[in-house]
Amino acid sequence: MNGKSEVTERYIELYKENIDKISGVSSHYINSFREAAFEKFRELGIPTKKNEAYKYTNLNIFFDHDYKSYFMPVTSDFVKAEEFRCDVADLDTHGIVLLNGFYPTINEKLRQLPSGVWIGSLNEAAVRFADKIEKHYGKYAKTETDGLIHLNTAMASDGVFIYVPEGVTLTKPVQIVNLVQSDEDMFNQHRNLIIVEKNAEFSLIICDHTLSPKKFLTNAVTEVFVGENAHFDIIRVQNEHNNACKITHTFIHQEKNSVASSNNMTLHGGLIRNSTYHYLGGEGAESYSYGLFLADKWQHIDNFVNVDHASPHCTSNQLFKGVLDDMSTGAFNGRILVRPDAQGTLAYQKNNNILLTDDAKMDTKPQLEIYADDVKCSHGATVGQLDDDALFYLQSRGINKREARLMLMFGFAHEVIQNIKIEALRERMDNLVMQRLKGELSRCASCMVKCG
Amino acid sequence: MLIINNLKASIGGKNILKGISLEVKPGEIHAIMGPNGSGKSTLAAVLAGRELVEVTEGTVTYFGKNLLEMTAEDRAKEGIFLGFQYPIEIPGVSMVNFMKTAVNENRKHKGLDPLSASDFLKMMREKKELVEIDSKLANRSVNEGFSGGEKKKNEIFQMAMLEPKLAILDETDSGLDIDALRIVANGVNKLKLPDNSFIVITHYQRLLDYIIPDVVHVLYDGRIVKTAGKELALELEEKGYDWIKKEVENNIIA
Amino acid sequence: MEKDQDKILSDVTSGEYKYGFYSDIEMDRIPKGLSEDVVRIISGKKNEPEWLLDFRLKAYRHWLIMKMPTWPNLKIPPINYQEIIFYAAPKLRKNLNSIDDIDPELKKTFDKLGIPLDEQKHLAGVAVDAVIDSVSVKTTFKETLAEMGIIFCSFSDAVKEYPDLVKRYMGSVVPYTDNFFATLNSAVFSDGSFCYIPKGVRCPMELSTYFRINSANTGQFERTLLIADEESYVSYLEGCTAPSRDENQLHAAIVEIVAEKNAEVKYSTVQNWYPGNKEGKGGVFNFVTKRGICKGENSKISWTQIETGSAITWKYPSCILRGDNSTGEFYSVAVTNNYQQADTGTKMIHIGKNTKSTIVSKGISAGKGQNSYRGLVKVLKNATNARNFSQCDSLLLGDKCGAHTFPYIEVDNQTAIVEHEATTSKIGEDQIFYCNQRGISTDDAIGLIVNGYAREVINKLPMEFAVEAQKLLQISLEGSVG
Ligand SMILES: Nc1ncnc2c1ncn2[C@@H]1O[C@H](COP(=O)(O)OP(=O)(O)OP(=O)(O)O)[C@@H](O)[C@H]1O
Ligand SMILES: [Mg+2]
Repeated sequence: MNGKSEVTERYIELYKENIDKISGVSSHYINSFREAAFEKFRELGIPTKKNEAYKYTNLNIFFDHDYKSYFMPVTSDFVKAEEFRCDVADLDTHGIVLLNGFYPTINEKLRQLPSGVWIGSLNEAAVRFADKIEKHYGKYAKTETDGLIHLNTAMASDGVFIYVPEGVTLTKPVQIVNLVQSDEDMFNQHRNLIIVEKNAEFSLIICDHTLSPKKFLTNAVTEVFVGENAHFDIIRVQNEHNNACKITHTFIHQEKNSVASSNNMTLHGGLIRNSTYHYLGGEGAESYSYGLFLADKWQHIDNFVNVDHASPHCTSNQLFKGVLDDMSTGAFNGRILVRPDAQGTLAYQKNNNILLTDDAKMDTKPQLEIYADDVKCSHGATVGQLDDDALFYLQSRGINKREARLMLMFGFAHEVIQNIKIEALRERMDNLVMQRLKGELSRCASCMVKCG
Repeated sequence: MLIINNLKASIGGKNILKGISLEVKPGEIHAIMGPNGSGKSTLAAVLAGRELVEVTEGTVTYFGKNLLEMTAEDRAKEGIFLGFQYPIEIPGVSMVNFMKTAVNENRKHKGLDPLSASDFLKMMREKKELVEIDSKLANRSVNEGFSGGEKKKNEIFQMAMLEPKLAILDETDSGLDIDALRIVANGVNKLKLPDNSFIVITHYQRLLDYIIPDVVHVLYDGRIVKTAGKELALELEEKGYDWIKKEVENNIIA
Repeated sequence: MEKDQDKILSDVTSGEYKYGFYSDIEMDRIPKGLSEDVVRIISGKKNEPEWLLDFRLKAYRHWLIMKMPTWPNLKIPPINYQEIIFYAAPKLRKNLNSIDDIDPELKKTFDKLGIPLDEQKHLAGVAVDAVIDSVSVKTTFKETLAEMGIIFCSFSDAVKEYPDLVKRYMGSVVPYTDNFFATLNSAVFSDGSFCYIPKGVRCPMELSTYFRINSANTGQFERTLLIADEESYVSYLEGCTAPSRDENQLHAAIVEIVAEKNAEVKYSTVQNWYPGNKEGKGGVFNFVTKRGICKGENSKISWTQIETGSAITWKYPSCILRGDNSTGEFYSVAVTNNYQQADTGTKMIHIGKNTKSTIVSKGISAGKGQNSYRGLVKVLKNATNARNFSQCDSLLLGDKCGAHTFPYIEVDNQTAIVEHEATTSKIGEDQIFYCNQRGISTDDAIGLIVNGYAREVINKLPMEFAVEAQKLLQISLEGSVG
């Protein structure tokens, strides 16, 4: 927790050198957060293993490196962004591309869909919709322990803004494609703000890709407001190369009777850390938090979930699974907090992991912290192998061992995938996972990088 | 088709089967009865190739081949089917995918092409009707959340799909309601071809009213202590196992 | 029924501590405060050999550079180590040959606690080492045990009579650098019990140590060392009480267990230190380091604890499973009522092959009590076929208390199977209703349910103590109900 490490110094310097440039292109309101956030970052620093929330993840391998930092898109970026096409067949979405953390569209920085929904650049929205930004920006991404969130607040200047007005149901999901491409090693940060007003319904897909074989580090913060009785789903599909580090922090603030789900599908990536915070801030809210990762080689995947039952009669459910191959390592850190007056809470948490080789390693830390009595909470965590009895059952029907193992692994993963409500994406995920398990796919089909 | 000779087997160093000999000829139905814990399920597991059970002595020949050398899946492809006493739940693996894989593996073994999706679904439908299984069950994960009786019906459904030569049914009758019992029994009888054989493990005469056994064996403490015709089952139903236990003890003393 | 339950819960808070009396025993005390001199005085009082003084001094110097741990989920008020008396001992008469030589006041004290020091009067199957404040006052059945080669005596006697054994094993499981409180103990420990079971011997009776804090402002720092040689077996039990006082008292003990090849050790604790009053005033700070090592193949260490007392409990009885096929077990019931806080659990470190561990933890929170389970299951790279099963349940009685579960699972071997399950829930209204419907009052129903809930753990205790533990649970929880 002592922030005065050399690694932290690196980012303190980065801030000092660039803050004028960053402030110059950002709105006043967003700028007004920077100094306090920077002070907080200076105090907390880049998290080390001494920080309970990062106990099993060594960030230094990516943070202790000289990156070119990226502060503004250039013209050639716009072309690249236009060229990218998602290859999920039948997936009909409102697409947005973020390139290196920026919204790279020259003409239409914010557009309004026929339904009245606004999507586009956060930087632009900060000017156009000052009232909305002032109401929500920086209100949910709160932390007393994680310096990275403050680093993002101090320095990020763009990202995606989505506004779904009261009562609007968006039938097509919005898809954000996060591309990282550069000829040099690069560090980038972006910030998304999603506002789903009362009685609105909306789902968001975020796909993470790397397009060039350089060392990349991304530190992204997403704030989501889910209004009363609103429905919101976020699905993150991660497919980056082994030399990329992706750190995401997603804060979902839920009002009364709202339903929100998050789903992190990690197929590939060097070091991935997804922190998901569900804040149940109104009576009767429901939250679902899912995660699946398949790791191999030297990959390290860490899922952190914090479900905060701050109101009575809320329900939450967490299901996280990991399959670890080669010498990959994984971590799960899940917390359920039930605050003193959150009576009538139902909260569940499950984390299951399969180790496929002797060199793979899994650390898991599920936690229950409960200060109310009328609750039903449980958690379970397992680390092990495929179930012998199930394997025999399949074999006794004539299915060979290899196939049987594959089926079981797929079934294991499918339990998470089946929670994706968008059919085309669900099928695509089943497919990708199956290919991945068969060893036919070691990177995303759409990845142009021959990184191996 | 199946010759078991002086089979001894143990689990975790504990001797459970203590010398079993048995011959099943094509077309025969054998019933195996015996008190709880006597080793019936263990025998079934050995025949199906469960590695947990260690064979310490004896031989098992199946159509002239050494069965004990074969893997579980090869035995299945050669026509051995085990209806589990406690069918396993496999979350996330759908019944359709599971059965399609199994059926096509079996077909491949026989040198047949895999069934097309529509042919397969047609087959599923037919067999489902045969065992009067609820269609919805087939859309779920294997045995997951099935009731005790539904799991047993699902075993018979799988048997119908795989058309085995030798089916070993381990207490497939327990947990079934009266109608289900009749359905299961009818299913078995419909699947019974002249050359196919059954080993039916049961505690109750009532299943044997529907599936008439040629031979009834009593397994006690890892040994077959009595073999007789179908009337033995009736006698057991009436008198319990005590008289057999006594007979066995007397024999040992004598 | 809501009302009923409220009344019962308020009764709960008024449960009186039965062991709160204070005995006027003639004591030998040293001035309060801690310094290198105090360490030397303690060592001198006990006529200790040079090597032991060295060990203490090394620990003391190390302690000076250590900080109190902040990671437990506890609110610990600052402790002023200069206000604590680190050595207090009843003045003993010179030759303690028979029971009549013990100060009659001291004897009365233990009689009152239900721990008669008179062998004739005592439960036949139990040998007792009685420790009051800093020293062991009497060990019963010493001679009977000696005939089998079993050594059971005070730690101080062991230092004199079996220096080689003590030297070899002391600090081998809990090194003096281990943690803040263990290091403190290593510097100032006063006495405790020592036990050695020779090769092939099954100890024929329960061995037990009874700890009593009596003097005011006195810290208790005892050390227990238990060695089970190859093929041996012993079941060991400790009990603890203290007078009710307004000040907090510090108890920082160490227990070390070594189990050699094929040896089995059962270690049971019924901890009933003074918990403080219902406003949260006073009570014992129970900061204890307990650890056992399954050194040899097929060895087994089993911890059972019933924790009902203490204002604050901080302890993690652990097993290092080094021998192949060794087994570690942890069974715990921890109750926190009023303002009590507990952060307790275990560590199971799987090093050897085919090692197994089982964790069953039952937390019960009432009043404003805060109860945390904290545990680590670690499977090292070479620990093939390691198995762990953990079940941690929490029961909440009342809406002001808290129950928390912090398991850490670290697996570095693919053949391991580690399963952790935990539940937290309120005492079942339907269960209470079911009892009511059968004519059982709500208070009795809560008693029944809580005892049923803790049964799995209580059953692990030796018979005589299981009954005690059950009573204790009722008293500490149900107030007038029990
Ligand atoms: N995995 C195992 N580990 C240890 N012992 C086992 C195992 N499986 C079976 N046994 C033991 O083997 C013996 C025979 O068990 P088996 O299941 O074959 O009996 P059964 O005749 O089928 O009984 P039931 O009528 O109750 O089904 C029993 O004593 C049982 O406890
Ligand atoms: Mg059976």
